Amino acid sequence: MIADLGYVAILTAFLASIYAPIAAFYGIRNNKTRWVESARNAIFVIFLLVALACGLLVILLLTSDFSITYVWEVSSRDMPAYLKVAALWGGQRGSILFFNFMLTAFTAAAMARNWDNERGIMPYAVIVGSFTLIFFLGLTLLMENPFERIGAATAEGSGFDLLISTPVTYVKNLFVRPGIVPEDGQGMRALLRHPAMIIHPPMLYLGYTGFTVPFVFAMAALMAGKFNEGWIRITRRWTLVAWLFLGLGVVLGGRWAYDVLGWGGYWAWDAVENSSLLPWLTGTAFLHSVMIQEKRGMFKGWNVGLIIITYLLVVLGTLNVRGGLVSSVHAFAQSNIGWLLLAFLAYMIIFSIVLVYKRRDQLQSENHIRSFLSRETAFLGNNLLFLLIAAVTFFGTYYTVPTELFTGQKVTLGIPYYEKVNGPLFGALLLLMGIAPLMMWYRTSIGRLRKMTVGPAAGATVIVIAMFILGIRNWIALLGYWIISFSAFITLLEFGRAMNARVRSKGENPFAALAALVARNRRRYGGYVIHLGVLTMAMGIISTELYQQQTQMRLARDESLSIGDYTMVFKGIEQRMGNDDAQITEALVDVYRGDKLVRTLKPRTEFFTRTGENMSIPAVRMTPTEDFYVLLINWEGMSQNAATFRAYVNPLINWVWFGAFIFIFGTLIAAWPDPADEKVTAMQSSGGRLVVGGVSGD
Amino acid sequence: MLRSSMPNQLPGSQRLKNRKRFAGGLPMVAMILLTMVLFLAVFPAFAQAPTRTVSDDEVNAVAKDLFCPICENTPLDVCETQACADWRQVIRDKLSGGQSDDQIKDYFADQYGVRALAEPPAEGVTLLVWLVPLIAIPAAVIIFGLYLRNIRRAAPGGSEPAAVLSSPAAPEPVDSETDQDPYTERIERELREMEE
Repeated sequence: MIADLGYVAILTAFLASIYAPIAAFYGIRNNKTRWVESARNAIFVIFLLVALACGLLVILLLTSDFSITYVWEVSSRDMPAYLKVAALWGGQRGSILFFNFMLTAFTAAAMARNWDNERGIMPYAVIVGSFTLIFFLGLTLLMENPFERIGAATAEGSGFDLLISTPVTYVKNLFVRPGIVPEDGQGMRALLRHPAMIIHPPMLYLGYTGFTVPFVFAMAALMAGKFNEGWIRITRRWTLVAWLFLGLGVVLGGRWAYDVLGWGGYWAWDAVENSSLLPWLTGTAFLHSVMIQEKRGMFKGWNVGLIIITYLLVVLGTLNVRGGLVSSVHAFAQSNIGWLLLAFLAYMIIFSIVLVYKRRDQLQSENHIRSFLSRETAFLGNNLLFLLIAAVTFFGTYYTVPTELFTGQKVTLGIPYYEKVNGPLFGALLLLMGIAPLMMWYRTSIGRLRKMTVGPAAGATVIVIAMFILGIRNWIALLGYWIISFSAFITLLEFGRAMNARVRSKGENPFAALAALVARNRRRYGGYVIHLGVLTMAMGIISTELYQQQTQMRLARDESLSIGDYTMVFKGIEQRMGNDDAQITEALVDVYRGDKLVRTLKPRTEFFTRTGENMSIPAVRMTPTEDFYVLLINWEGMSQNAATFRAYVNPLINWVWFGAFIFIFGTLIAAWPDPADEKVTAMQSSGGRLVVGGVSGD
Repeated sequence: MLRSSMPNQLPGSQRLKNRKRFAGGLPMVAMILLTMVLFLAVFPAFAQAPTRTVSDDEVNAVAKDLFCPICENTPLDVCETQACADWRQVIRDKLSGGQSDDQIKDYFADQYGVRALAEPPAEGVTLLVWLVPLIAIPAAVIIFGLYLRNIRRAAPGGSEPAAVLSSPAAPEPVDSETDQDPYTERIERELREMEE
């Protein structure tokens, strides 16, 4: 019954998504506002229906209804309730439905929020938005239906046959009632049974789907032929929100890997990780270069290009994660969803190129760059670096696809490649991050730049010399630390100088001055806070990458191993059953720092009897300066008198997570809705441009 | 005695030499250039002396540059499958037999193909992976520089009244010692006053 309702909800949503663009198109053609509004309302209805479908699937998961294939695949009776809910995105079908939910939520929210602001482009936004919905809802409906019952048939055939057999099978499956319902489900993959499962995938999906909104607005503005700054203004905050979620998703993924995957690190540059980083990189480039367009009316085409590329990278990432493009070309070729996603990607590429070409006259710059030393150039440099990093990462990730197709041999690039190529690019980016805020629009004098950088450069040099005296000899680390301190000093000085000015001119106390300063220009100072967060993260990344220590050793009971300042003594092993089907083997180790016992840690392995999967869960002693991280690699037989451990000392790794918090805080400062700002936007879009001088200078 | 057994491993070292000769010229130059340009060649050095007992750390040091044959993108040193445990045993045996890290990596590359290497040699298609950034990065920088130069030539400090008026320029703390042209400076000052 519940499943039938789910079927109906998805089907209705799909039909509504076909109705919406047709109604909107008809309304635009015949100038009938009611039809356009009806199309918009269809999107609201789609959102409600997909939300309903998600709710129904969660009910099925919570009640362990194993007559539903998906429920049987991803859950089992002994799973805790929070994992049963998270199982909504624990497998292919559910996660595509959940993706749909996020996508419709964003599309509907954008319609609701910006309908009155941008009357000119919203009808077109309905068209573009619902086109993406048709695709992803169709995927859920016809290919990856999560409500399918056990014993349901799959559509057979290829090409045209498939086109006919899919709906026929679909209808047939509606009436399938399984004869025997399995007693218990297969349970979720061991890797996913972690509290982070609740938060990491939703964040990534929010980031992924969130980038659809700026894309939809950009395309709609092009279609409508109203390519003024209006779309940039309404898009900016949406982009920031999507960007925040995507960044959060990426960092949370890293943290999850650190806590669970058991290799002492947090980022392995693997294909799935890269495909989440790629849109973040181009999105970051956009967030910077969009400022040139706002201030100077330049780089319109460039910005549209960045939005399009970001969106395409999102689709490609989905293709990679869900269709398994990189993991194996051959598995990909066998999955229909892969080809469909590829077709969608191709369609979107062609659609956006044609649109941009047709409207190229509106994408002309109104201005020129006037000096090599200007903020415009700094932003361009930033874009260049971000795009280079993205290009290198893209190439490294996807070059395996043609390679495997043509040579039959699969080659994967490991961490060294990315570190060697992207490392220096990231370094340059950090340096630019420091200097760019000193650059002014139009032009900056060398004298001014020199004056403002001498102090920070001297301060950074003092720090690096101190580090050298303290024994840091790796010159890459020293260079990295210099750049970080230099940029951090400049950023902090920017705060200090402006704060000081206010204290002097208005007689405010320093804290009030700082608060007023940030409140008055939240975007800029939010941005600076983000920069400080990134610098903190960079400090952690450089330190842990270059100074990580590790050792592996077999220890008999009461034997010890030493690493860095730490000594670890093996005390014994305990075995017990977990709440679910996991057999837990837990080792007890005492960790000494110098002669002092600092912590007893329990690294463990979990063997999942049902799936036969094995997980090594590290135990970590965390401090702000370093982590002691230990893994139980192996233990010996019944006597349990000896075990093999691998221990890591990760210096400053917690700065990565701490920096991420600063980063989020800064983004919230920059993105938090501002009533005054909303009013300005509304005025500008309804009454044309506030400022005189729409005529371009060229 | 162990030293004298080295010639017995001629096939291995011969292969290494052949590989080098084969990879000579452009790929090698590219590799060297890259390492020089990027200043990032940090290779841990290992004790080459053949020993009877091999520590786990020595095995892992080799294994981390190799990929698991089964799992996706998992370095051999951290992989938990039985196949990887066996591979690590192979590494241990070869290390205790006196082979060098490179010889062992070479062995794995020959046995299982370059996909076994975390950093595939710059040959064939993989050469592109290194060449593309090597060419793309300087090219991008040069194009960027040329673009800026053209712009400066096209508009040598020409004033853009309309644009200046229409753009709410950032309220920068303008330094009195700047060599901004007086016009821009005035605008910025006025805008700043408006902001206050």
